[in-house]
Amino acid sequence: MKTEQQEVIKEKSMLIQKDMLSNLFKELSNTHQTGKKVVYTFVPGNLTELILAFDMLPVYPEINALQSGMRKKSASYIREAEKIGFSEDVCTYVKCDIGMMLNGNVGPTGEKLPPPDLLLLSYTGCFTFMKWFENLARLYPGVPVAMLHTPYQEDGCITQDQIDYMVKQLKEEVIPKMEMVSGKKFDMERLSKMMINSAESEDLLVKILETAKNKPSPIDAYFAGVYYIGPMFTAFRGTDEAVGYYTELNNEIQERLSLGLGPITPEGELKEEKFRLVVEGPPNWTNFREFWKIFYDMGAVIVASSYTKVGGVYDLGFRHDYREPLESLSKYCMGCYTNMNLPQRVNLLADYVKDYRADGFLINSIKSCNSFSAGQLMIMREIEQKMEVPVGFIESDLVDPRYFSYSNIKNRLESFFQMLEQRKVIMAHEN
Amino acid sequence: MNKYFLGVDLGSTTSKSVIINENDEIIGRGITNTRSNYSIAAEIARDEAIYNGRFSVLKKKLEAEIKAKPQYKKYINDLESVFQYEQFKVRLDKLGDELLKTCKTFFKDKEMQDSIINHLRNIRKSFKPVIKKEYIYNNLGSKNQFFRDIVSEKYNEEVNKLDSSLFEPLMTVWDKSISPAENQLITFDFKELLEKAMEELRIKYKNLPDTVADNTSVNFDAELNLLKGNFDQVSETLRKHIEEIADLEFNIANMTGTGYGRALLPFAQECIRSEILCHAFGAHAIFPNTRTVLDIGGQDTKAIQVDKYGLVTSFQMNDRCAAGCGRYLGYIADEMSISLNELGPMALKAEEEVTICSTCTVFAGAELRELTNIGKKREDILGGLHKAIIMRAMSLISRSGGVFNEFTFTGGVARNPAVIKYLTQLVTDNYGDNIKINIHADSIFMGALGGAMFAKRNIKADLPDLKKRKELVTE
Repeated sequence: MKTEQQEVIKEKSMLIQKDMLSNLFKELSNTHQTGKKVVYTFVPGNLTELILAFDMLPVYPEINALQSGMRKKSASYIREAEKIGFSEDVCTYVKCDIGMMLNGNVGPTGEKLPPPDLLLLSYTGCFTFMKWFENLARLYPGVPVAMLHTPYQEDGCITQDQIDYMVKQLKEEVIPKMEMVSGKKFDMERLSKMMINSAESEDLLVKILETAKNKPSPIDAYFAGVYYIGPMFTAFRGTDEAVGYYTELNNEIQERLSLGLGPITPEGELKEEKFRLVVEGPPNWTNFREFWKIFYDMGAVIVASSYTKVGGVYDLGFRHDYREPLESLSKYCMGCYTNMNLPQRVNLLADYVKDYRADGFLINSIKSCNSFSAGQLMIMREIEQKMEVPVGFIESDLVDPRYFSYSNIKNRLESFFQMLEQRKVIMAHEN
Repeated sequence: MNKYFLGVDLGSTTSKSVIINENDEIIGRGITNTRSNYSIAAEIARDEAIYNGRFSVLKKKLEAEIKAKPQYKKYINDLESVFQYEQFKVRLDKLGDELLKTCKTFFKDKEMQDSIINHLRNIRKSFKPVIKKEYIYNNLGSKNQFFRDIVSEKYNEEVNKLDSSLFEPLMTVWDKSISPAENQLITFDFKELLEKAMEELRIKYKNLPDTVADNTSVNFDAELNLLKGNFDQVSETLRKHIEEIADLEFNIANMTGTGYGRALLPFAQECIRSEILCHAFGAHAIFPNTRTVLDIGGQDTKAIQVDKYGLVTSFQMNDRCAAGCGRYLGYIADEMSISLNELGPMALKAEEEVTICSTCTVFAGAELRELTNIGKKREDILGGLHKAIIMRAMSLISRSGGVFNEFTFTGGVARNPAVIKYLTQLVTDNYGDNIKINIHADSIFMGALGGAMFAKRNIKADLPDLKKRKELVTE
């Protein structure tokens, strides 16, 4: 089904974001002139401050893949990867990324991305990430690889031993490789200074996300969360621009809040908040607008989501700490959402349902993502029993358009929203 | 005036409708096969439910008399069967017209045209009395409500008796004519058809032999004998009441559309509900202790958990693949050249179920041929196929949270005895024998029933983005 393309309504913060991103891509396309070094790395457990402290530029293959998905380029990239033998079941972020590289490595903005000078595998909680970088290492022979092994929070906590283990890897593996690639000496003071900015941005981000506890919520913490609230964080955290961006965004949203306005959607402000949801799992990117539209057309606002916590669960209190930069990078890596064990995730989501006064809980299960899919049915049942809210389950994929069935998803979501509506009516009657 | 509520469930294979009264009692049921034109299917199903509703109202009105005099009930039931035959005849005439039209446009050669028309006449002459007898003596209308199925089975039989050179042209004209005939919305004159049916019924009883001796095709029973002895008296007594119901206006106060095709129903948008909610609500209405519902329809399998109010708390549906649903059984029946109704009973005779590895519909067809070739018994293959369907459903149920007491099975496939056998077996094996399994004779109508109940409660879907559409029923 085709939706009519209308002009998308944008806030000031969105325009700033656009500029910042296009500058980054421009800078990336100019590295052959500027000589800046390029690090390919991941969003979960990213070491952005460390990369920036060496004056290197980060490239996030996952973000490129999702951008390609949104720009309708992923289908052909995936086909390229399948042509050289990647199976149908492999993570489509991987296939899209590999396909893009095979196709000349032209990034989402149309500018050619530079090859990596360093492959930094900063997070090992997703097994696919390791395989992904093994493939990149083969595609870019001779490029050094730095791997930071991230212990999983099996016991539901981060221990001092684990922190020591991570710091040791940073000191002995990651930093020496970065020094070698960048040709610069590691500057602890510079890193530490960036962390002041990081913590400030983190405070602002949490403030923004928590405005969704209000009724009506001034933001959509899933669609807008991944579209313009969250992404800036990864590439720019620790910079003055990030603080500037989040200050502007926070002002905007606090203003919406004080005016009692609902969230901004691509078709303008949502007038009536009918349902408040907590969503688990990544969104679909190939049909992002259509997917979002199903929700806002029904008056559904996502008040909290787990996918926006992949880059850090700051609302649980963690902040980068200038007093212990390496320790806090370690804690940060181990604290991201996908590195939490399943009971921790259930508790977090249950708290979201309670604190954000949600009417229902929804899972978007991703066909090609093992990392997220494992445990989702258990999570759903636990939330249903613990919180006594209606739960829903839909399936799609990250960037493979073949697995987005508009009518199936719409059918299930309609049923889900009707479930919520009916419950409200009956419960009001019963009370 | 009595108020009635209508629920229409537009499924992928069949369209069902149910009319209930203010006491939530089912008054009328209608079913037809879903066509490309959804509104026709919905209207036919609705009209059928209204006709059926008139007979129910009659029976309800005469409840006390019927108890005392079983011959009354027999008369009314027989009358409905004959009435259905009268409807069938009207549609058969429409089909005749279509066939004639097709012949005239399709065959340019006059000689060929005449020859085919002649064959068509003969075919009709041969099968019409057979079908008539089935309706009048064996209550065909209650067993099979699908015009296309009834007539195509007999047509195929007759074509197969003819020279093989005629197969192609006769099947071509058939294929080109059946859909247009089926898709015509016929406004039946209820009163006129009823008059005809009463006359037909009189003839039936007049010609009935007095004893069972030479006529084994008629099922003699006590009620029939009673009616035969008092036919004129019964007929005269009932006439007044019958005329009354023929004039009865069905005041549909509210309605709800549901099912796969609900978005395309020409209903006001606030009258459209999800089939998940309707199936659950219907099942819960009939069996109020229901906590888990399994619905297997034409292309969907749904596992639904409900609370004590009949409200859905979670559900799972098959995604991407519809193997294991009703259409899958239809495909298997075609592959085996037997009718859909024979599948279940044949599978019940399995002695040792063959393991069917694939539940992909198309692959299952290939597997079936392979297994037949290596000498496996049809019954055992079918047993395996039915078991495979339930294994698939069990996994969906697990995803939705498991089976909780009581467990209600709905949908068209719940009519299949082998499916019921394996479901019972697997539910007991996996969840213990304390689970009460409910299956209702009206299981195929559960979605429509839930819809009608929503209509009665007037619980609005209230979806803001949706535009109002033309209402279907404005009576």
